[in-house]
Amino acid sequence: MSHLAFVLISYGVTALTILALVLWVLFDQRARRAELADLEARGVRRRSAGNKPEAENVK
Amino acid sequence: MTFTSAANFVTGLANPTRFLSVVAKLLPWMAGITVVLFVVGLFMSFQAPEDYQQGMTVRIMFIHVPSAWLAMMCYTVMALSAIGTLVWRHPLADVSAKAAAPIGAAFTFLALLTGSLWGKPMWGTWWVWDARLTSVFVLFLMYLGLIALNRAMDDPTRSAKVSAIIILVGYVNIPIIKFSVDWWNTLHQPASVIRLDGPTIHPSMLYPLLIMAVAFTMLFFTLHLMAMRNEIWRRRVSALRRQAARSAV
Repeated sequence: MSHLAFVLISYGVTALTILALVLWVLFDQRARRAELADLEARGVRRRSAGNKPEAENVK
Repeated sequence: MTFTSAANFVTGLANPTRFLSVVAKLLPWMAGITVVLFVVGLFMSFQAPEDYQQGMTVRIMFIHVPSAWLAMMCYTVMALSAIGTLVWRHPLADVSAKAAAPIGAAFTFLALLTGSLWGKPMWGTWWVWDARLTSVFVLFLMYLGLIALNRAMDDPTRSAKVSAIIILVGYVNIPIIKFSVDWWNTLHQPASVIRLDGPTIHPSMLYPLLIMAVAFTMLFFTLHLMAMRNEIWRRRVSALRRQAARSAV
């Protein structure tokens, strides 16, 4: 394997790992937002939030 | 900003809702700065001259070294969070430690993998069980163990204390990683940037390395804040579900 191949594989794997990390955080964020929106739609709200919709705390 | 107002700001962040509001304002700026730093850092990395001995494989340094630094810095952030959990019982300290673990594991994985890919053409081997490589591998196992522990325990308060104690005990590995190349005879080269007598790398390679290190650090803090926000929301969902279950009874 040439030196260029070692460099390219290193940068490629790093880019893929960072991309996977970013996507994991973003998908997790979307799932939590959906769960909170679902609870909000069912009228479940934190007592400390008072009349303020839960969605306002999600932004 | 006076010390008192700075202290008040940090104390105010103990309120998760206020923390979420600050994070929402900070994140777009942090993400933008991270992208700009990576573009500049990558450009400089590929403009840097090849090493007279290592040839173009020296470019692996620009991603390997920041990954290794981040692997240790992330664990240091977790150790500080563990102190926050045990000493001050700060509500966000455990959230911080829990959110940082998978990110730290990813950077440690990258440090090990890119190190191996750099080691094969330079040392003639993918891996040796020397002090530096072994201690970083132990750090990777510690990250995986902490992630497993956090997922195994349902009660966040109990898991927070157990995790915090394990994190602090495991912190002994960080100085071992840092000084392993000085204390033992290893295949890994000694420190060449953070040294008492200054860096031994030529500025043409040092500056791209430093820019990439700042880019990786900004990436870590951006992802960490996002993961902390997700963890706060996860706990809020659990609390709301319990509340709904109680009111249904």
